[in-house]
Amino acid sequence: MLRFATWKVVGVIASVVFAIFLVLPSFFSEETAKSIQARLPKAIPFNQIVLGLDLQGGAHLLLEVDSSSVAKTQVEALRDDVRRILREEGVSIAGGIGMQQRGVQFRVPDEAQRAKVLPKVRGLAQITGGLAAVGGQPSLQVTEGDEGLVLVAVTEAGVADRVRRAVDQTIEVLRRRVDGTGMREPNIQRQGADRVVVDVPGLQDTVQLKELLGTTAKLEFRLAAEPGTPANERETLPFADATEGSTIDVEKRVMVNGEDLTDAQPGFDSRTQEPIVNFRFNIRGGQRFGEATAANVGKPFAIVLDNKVISAPRILSPITGGSGQISGRFTVQQANNLAVLLRAGALPAKLTVVEERTVGPGLGQDSIDAGKMAAYVAGVLVFVYMVMNYGIFGIFANLALAVHILFIFAALALLGATLTLPGIAGVVFTIGLAVDSNVLIYERIREEFKMGRSILSALDAGFKRAFGTIIDANVTTFVAAAILYLFGSGPVRGFAVSLGLGILTTVVTAVTMTRMMIALWYRMKRPTRLPI
Amino acid sequence: MKLLRLAPETTNIPFMRFRRVSYPFSAFLSIAAVLLFLIAGLNFGIDFSGGTLIELRARQGAAELADLRTLGGKLNLGEVEVQSFGGAETSDVTFRFGTVAGGDAAQQAAVSRVRDAIGDRYEFRRVEVVGPRVSGELVQSGTLGVVVAIFGVLVYLWFRFEWQFAIAAIIATMHDLLLTVGFFALTRLEFNTTSIAAILTIVGVSLNETVIILDRIREMMRKFKRMPTDQLIDVSVNAVLPRTIMTATTTLLALLALSIFGGHVIRSFALSMTFGIIVATYSSVFICAPILIYLGLRTEGGAERESTAEEALAHEAQRAKAGASPA
Repeated sequence: MLRFATWKVVGVIASVVFAIFLVLPSFFSEETAKSIQARLPKAIPFNQIVLGLDLQGGAHLLLEVDSSSVAKTQVEALRDDVRRILREEGVSIAGGIGMQQRGVQFRVPDEAQRAKVLPKVRGLAQITGGLAAVGGQPSLQVTEGDEGLVLVAVTEAGVADRVRRAVDQTIEVLRRRVDGTGMREPNIQRQGADRVVVDVPGLQDTVQLKELLGTTAKLEFRLAAEPGTPANERETLPFADATEGSTIDVEKRVMVNGEDLTDAQPGFDSRTQEPIVNFRFNIRGGQRFGEATAANVGKPFAIVLDNKVISAPRILSPITGGSGQISGRFTVQQANNLAVLLRAGALPAKLTVVEERTVGPGLGQDSIDAGKMAAYVAGVLVFVYMVMNYGIFGIFANLALAVHILFIFAALALLGATLTLPGIAGVVFTIGLAVDSNVLIYERIREEFKMGRSILSALDAGFKRAFGTIIDANVTTFVAAAILYLFGSGPVRGFAVSLGLGILTTVVTAVTMTRMMIALWYRMKRPTRLPI
Repeated sequence: MKLLRLAPETTNIPFMRFRRVSYPFSAFLSIAAVLLFLIAGLNFGIDFSGGTLIELRARQGAAELADLRTLGGKLNLGEVEVQSFGGAETSDVTFRFGTVAGGDAAQQAAVSRVRDAIGDRYEFRRVEVVGPRVSGELVQSGTLGVVVAIFGVLVYLWFRFEWQFAIAAIIATMHDLLLTVGFFALTRLEFNTTSIAAILTIVGVSLNETVIILDRIREMMRKFKRMPTDQLIDVSVNAVLPRTIMTATTTLLALLALSIFGGHVIRSFALSMTFGIIVATYSSVFICAPILIYLGLRTEGGAERESTAEEALAHEAQRAKAGASPA
């Protein structure tokens, strides 16, 4: 009971010092902490505890990529590929290429021709998962039916792979868009198969953010349809500006699209002082735009964004410089946003907001204050209560409790885990729970003493016998915390983290630390009666 | 200094006799909880029901509840639920409505309509929109979480204890779970993802309480091989009683602080935890331990009344004295 290995004592003291060091940065203001961090070598951890969006305020959006439209685009691309192969090989088919939900079918009656085409079509299949993938599956499945029927189906793995890439691409585009607006430390992450989480601390007005993220931003330059254009080559599109309230007939064929833009910047029209967006094409885009405008001088064309016409100016002269401007009665804000969108590129598929949680900074601060208040009150109540019940041993337990709380926060800082409001609740809850271990030990010591053991023997037996019970009892709550972490989301996870950490640290602090303190006290006092 | 003692030094309370009261009492409460749950249901928050929750603060003066309630019809939001918190004449209200027809995009449009209508008079302190699919998934993962937790605990008990103990612990835990659900149904506290967190924690704590008592019963069983089961359990429960009371008190002190000062965002969480801890403590003593009598804890020795509790304690004291030597 009285002897402790030196390394244990040193270990406990060192970990307390280390924990204090880890928690220290969180007491500075954010700017101070950042500037200190910049001056320290990278190996030294100097991180503030990350506050969840529910505490610091901010917006959390869960966006879903429209995977059915991704699959549809995939089948369309497949049809184009098959058509190209048939054309290149000069193979004639009976009837057209039939589109199905998940693939295409066509009929090649001639066997020799079919033999020529099939390997090429099979060659379209890719192994999913990229080059490094192990156990990847082909993205296409080619089967032959009766009378020269060929079915090319996109496999489950093929769709999943395409959706995965669409999500990757979406994340890239979103990152560029958000960076373009200079928002503070956005966190953009994939979630599940087809979702993207966007967390923006400090942001309160999500209207603009949602507009920025939710716009597909597919830009197209198309010629206005002339009266003689066949119906299947034209379509009617509405104007983006609702006040215009009208529609315009445009050709389905696209002259140039947004992929060929290299730059877009907001600006003002030199003549009208109206906000506009200046853009620049790459070489290919510039050439195509130059040729198309040269051939259609005097005719109107449409600048189409996500199937809505922004404006439909008349081509006054061939535009060969590779740059131009878009005007559309924008506000300055709109022109800025459009420029950001065009620079960042188009999304591969439509995005929908499926969940939104926004907390204003006022409420976040209120929550922090309330959480602090609750923690202080709980701490004081438990502190006083323990001293009332166990006297000097209560003080030992309280010291261990203080270290326990210190350890939780140190672990949060070290792991970079997020502290949420339920997380604070978890810490407050473990204040009550942490003393449980000490109570178990002390009550056991009392019992053993009552049985007639000497003080030292009772102390020893108390610690020894209570230990098994402490482990047993804490395992159950720890299992609950672990499961919460696995199945919970957002703030609830924060609760699971602080509860789990709390249980781990309490075993260390309540058992090892109080034991050391009591041993030290015993050696100094040599008491003749048990103080509890 | 005279130390505070909530439980007397030595107690000899015949807990097992209380089962004639506690069992009917708990059975009644459990049935009532199930009925309440079936009839009244839970007040599902938007996490599970889908929909929109907006927390508003009037920029000037008190919030006009009646006026806000009319917005549902005006803005085509369906039924809206407006609730003030923080006393009468308060400026703080929550504004809630269910899933609007038309998929995920329609939910967003609905929030915009609210913002346009009252944005100049109210500060939007919190906006939560949970689309219909996400809420479905949250229900799934929440249910799965509870099921997996119970299963994980079963496995743990299977390894750690004899089957009688495991069954007793499971019954006590289910009892606590039912009553907590009944508490949610009765108080109409919002049931959301943090409530699942509360329930799982209560499961953990309930087992914690139970395991501590079972641990002691097992220990006593090994020591007093011939003591009848009901006496054995009584001795064990009495031995653990001071600890049970102490821990329940400290945990409740912390949770009460959280309920009173923790703010309205987690009040439902703190209150349900408080209730759960009380129930868990009660059930570990009055429900779990007595079950062991019915489950025939052991076959040998139960009939012979050779060694009574007093004798056993005296015997134990002697043994301790003999074994006590300064380390």
